[in-house]
Amino acid sequence: MAGEPLLRVEDLKLHYRSGRGVVRALDGVSFDLRRNEALVVLGESGCGKSTLAKALMRLLPRNVQHFSGRMLVDGVETMGHSEERFRREVRWVRISLVMQAAMNALNPVVRVGEQVAEPLRVHRGWSNRRALDRAAEVFGLVGVSADFLQRYPFELSGGMRQRVVLAMALVTEPDLVIMDEPTSALDVLTQASIMNALKRIKQELGTSFILITHDVSTSSELAERVALMYAGQLVELADAKDFFREPAHPYSKLLMASVPRLHQEETPVHIPGQPPNLLDPPEGCRFADRCPSRFDRCDRDPETFRIGERRTVRCWLYAQGART
Amino acid sequence: MNASAREVRSSVPGPVLSARDLHTWFELRQWGFLRVGSVRAVDGVNFDLQTGEAVAFVGESGCGKSSLARTLLGLHQPTRGEVIFEGRSLGTLDGAERKAYLARVGYVQQDPYGALPPFMDVRRILHEPLIVHGVRNRAERDQRAREALEEVRLSPPEDFLSKFPHMLSGGQQQRVVIARALILRPAMIIADEPVSMLDASVRVEILQLLRRIQIDHGLTLAFITHDLSTVRHFAERIFVMYAGRIVEQAEVNELLNHPQHPYTQALLAAISDPDPDNARQQREVPPGEPPSLLKPPAGCRFHPRCNRMIAGTCDREYPPDLEPRQGHGTACWLYR
Amino acid sequence: MKPLLDGLRRLGQYPSALVGLAIIFALVGTAVFTVVTIPYGQALELWRGGEPWRMHPVNARPVWVDRIAGNNSPRTMVVSSADAVIEQEPFVGGSRVRIPLDFDFGYADFPSELNLFLTSTHVEREPFVRLTWETPDSREFILGGRRLAREERVSISQDWELERRLGRVPHVGLFAGPAEDGPPQVLEGRYRLMLDVILFEEDARIDADLVVYGRVHGLAGTDHQRRDLMVALLWGIPVALAFGLLAAVGTTVTTLVIAAAGVWYGGWVDAVIQRLTEVNIILPMLPILVMVGTLYSTSIWVMLGVVIALGIFSAGIKMYRAMLLPIRESPYIEAAKAYGAGNARIILRYMIPRILPVLIPTFVTLIPSFVFLEASLALLGLGDPVLPTWGKVMNDAQTQSALYHGFYYWVLSPAALLMLTGLGFAMLGFALDRVFNPRLRTM
Repeated sequence: MAGEPLLRVEDLKLHYRSGRGVVRALDGVSFDLRRNEALVVLGESGCGKSTLAKALMRLLPRNVQHFSGRMLVDGVETMGHSEERFRREVRWVRISLVMQAAMNALNPVVRVGEQVAEPLRVHRGWSNRRALDRAAEVFGLVGVSADFLQRYPFELSGGMRQRVVLAMALVTEPDLVIMDEPTSALDVLTQASIMNALKRIKQELGTSFILITHDVSTSSELAERVALMYAGQLVELADAKDFFREPAHPYSKLLMASVPRLHQEETPVHIPGQPPNLLDPPEGCRFADRCPSRFDRCDRDPETFRIGERRTVRCWLYAQGART
Repeated sequence: MNASAREVRSSVPGPVLSARDLHTWFELRQWGFLRVGSVRAVDGVNFDLQTGEAVAFVGESGCGKSSLARTLLGLHQPTRGEVIFEGRSLGTLDGAERKAYLARVGYVQQDPYGALPPFMDVRRILHEPLIVHGVRNRAERDQRAREALEEVRLSPPEDFLSKFPHMLSGGQQQRVVIARALILRPAMIIADEPVSMLDASVRVEILQLLRRIQIDHGLTLAFITHDLSTVRHFAERIFVMYAGRIVEQAEVNELLNHPQHPYTQALLAAISDPDPDNARQQREVPPGEPPSLLKPPAGCRFHPRCNRMIAGTCDREYPPDLEPRQGHGTACWLYR
Repeated sequence: MKPLLDGLRRLGQYPSALVGLAIIFALVGTAVFTVVTIPYGQALELWRGGEPWRMHPVNARPVWVDRIAGNNSPRTMVVSSADAVIEQEPFVGGSRVRIPLDFDFGYADFPSELNLFLTSTHVEREPFVRLTWETPDSREFILGGRRLAREERVSISQDWELERRLGRVPHVGLFAGPAEDGPPQVLEGRYRLMLDVILFEEDARIDADLVVYGRVHGLAGTDHQRRDLMVALLWGIPVALAFGLLAAVGTTVTTLVIAAAGVWYGGWVDAVIQRLTEVNIILPMLPILVMVGTLYSTSIWVMLGVVIALGIFSAGIKMYRAMLLPIRESPYIEAAKAYGAGNARIILRYMIPRILPVLIPTFVTLIPSFVFLEASLALLGLGDPVLPTWGKVMNDAQTQSALYHGFYYWVLSPAALLMLTGLGFAMLGFALDRVFNPRLRTM
């Protein structure tokens, strides 16, 4: 596929103030995403992956201290957009978001059909009738019977509510849907069936996805590309086949080895130590303290090295091996 | 330990804990008194746990596994049937004996932060069970708190004793919860989803810790989880629960390699290992959702979703416990 | 209790909390000082009025009021025979004594009253005294003579005969210049009251105190019974603080325990508590207190008891219940049950401490409301009959029509202290609320 990627993010930074200082939640994140591609953003809790979702939607907390970088949608720089223009042209039009625990954030006193139709009325000024018809269509897409349009959220199971939330994100036919932990609160069978729905939607509508999760196994159901985050930075960006089979970054390796597999005799390993505090991240490589391959260069902040056509690693181990 | 504790301990050899025809139903009432139905959270469960064994109860949310754990801990009264601990039915214990039983069973909960009172420091948290069980000597309590912290690898204990829960990481909090469960030197530990709220990188560590403690002390470990992929490494036997009943039970490898019940088969098929090929295929998932425990379907609870349902049998009568393979039990008409 | 301590440490960031704390510390310090310097018994004694206050003026303004108005009103002067140069001529069976009571009067206004207090140590035969008033311009007024009892109070101001002679009330007439027409002008200078005493016993002695009552007194002024209001204003502090604190502690603690017990046991216990609360909420508190005060006792302790009793099943129960309900279900309570903790332990050690930080602000702001309640009761005439309190002062002021007579200080100073108390606790309470209820905090 040639031409501009659907989304290109360069050196995205988001710092916010807290009671105890400045939290560097995103500290220079760059990646790109092609049309109809699914990118999985992996990371432990507190690594900044949820902040990334909000930053891409420009849903910034009030206490932002610093927000910078470039974000190109179809080659158009959007960082300079005013809030109004961003809302009109990007948010929920080109990119929509399924927030973490959104299924518990549905309005309890409004029928789910109307909640799904809402963005159409707001963004496109559609009539109630037309919006509801479209909502019914999207319900079919995510595997919810159209009968459920008239139900209230509490009448639906967790899995159904999650599908409704997904329908809400898809109803405006965005190019990109960002999902933050969409299935982690759900059971295995429900999870699998929602992943099935996502795969089908991706194939049929050509939608791109960014799936943010800590669950490596489930993420593999959708992933074509994987971005691994650690302490506010992207440490590895690779195709899923490379990442899952031959992770490059020492953290990626440990993470993959820590994933329990159903058909595996040996006990999964655990990653010693804890991620650093984003209030005051250490000098040099942020993973150095927990890294088994640490050496003297790790005292300096590693550069991002390109080690494949679409593969980058932020680790000094690959410094000489910048092969391409 | 007082006299009744010793009495409970000196019992006949055999299973440490058994459930016989255990039912825990929750009555639903309208306007505070009108009975409108019962949620059959645990609906006829039988099992025996041997001393020193680690077992896992696996099932989806709402299958009754947490209610089962609470019934075993005496937090819910069984509606019918009994829990037998070291030869004595819990229902026959008097107040002091019941308290002594609680000291013999440790409890590890799902949400480590919620499980620790936020206004107590670790020392106080660990002292509490000892105070409740009459350990008056402060120095002795301190000594046991230190031992428990060493046991869960929070060392040196001095660094942690005066910390408050919010100052600890999730993994450390769960270690404190485990230390609290161990401090009364129990014979058995019931762990309800002990790692599902923790970061993936810490999960294995906590599970390994539980497993090591269980082996070191010859404890019985009942481990309640929805995650089949971790079970293999931390339990010897698996009980699969569906809609309030145990549908299949076997030794871990036997069950994972030769699942018999269609529900277990579906569950195993739905679990992904991190494999890039996953993204290219649809998984087979049984249609529908688990039934309401208020009105479970007649016959086998799984029959409305089962692709091998035998009309006229599965939808009429609940299947008996069968043993299609050596030491491998399942409640499914297919193996009659 | 670590979160509590952390919270208190964060208080320093709120200036209002510091101001509130400063006010509260000042009040508490003054209260301690008061109780130490004027012990309880003495305070009651003083507040009963009468003899201790005979040398104080009636309804005198505070000095600072006078200063602000730019006046130079007279203060009270006591001229004692102990300081006077006494001439004594003994004779057989007695003596003749001349006691000159000299004083300088340099104020722009007339005194408010003039009294002479005489003490004689005779056994049987009463001495005789003749009084002569000498003005700075050497005019003399004979104030008459009389026999003396052992304790004698000569009310010069109320000498009708003298008033008729002067054409003015004596304490004006005696201090006025010689001009006959126009309003009387004060004549400044050295005045003398000469006492010519004849003692009819050899060992007898006589002591005299001339009191020239001023029109201003101290920092607080005096009331219609000559009592220094400072006593009531000062003693009002410990009384108000103790009442507010005890009532707040009493109601909060019992309400909390009852709410927690209701939540924990649930079922009929909870139902009974809820119904009692609902009934109690619609009962009007003030009329009940008025009834108790009228029919039973107005003792502050009885009132405190009734206030607490009525405060237990208050709307607070509903609030605490709403806060405690989710806590009952929290995993750490379940864990405590699982290791065998008993009901009382769970309620007192696990449930209540959890909401304590949230309650502290409410508690702090509750204190002044009880202080106000006590003052309102006293204002309604249901104050403790013997204790000096702010409410009592205002009640007196009201019955004496203080505002009509222009004695603003009489109402304003207790009211100001009440407001100061309210302000102190409110400022601290609101800051505490910010600290412990993070939702109110802004980034």
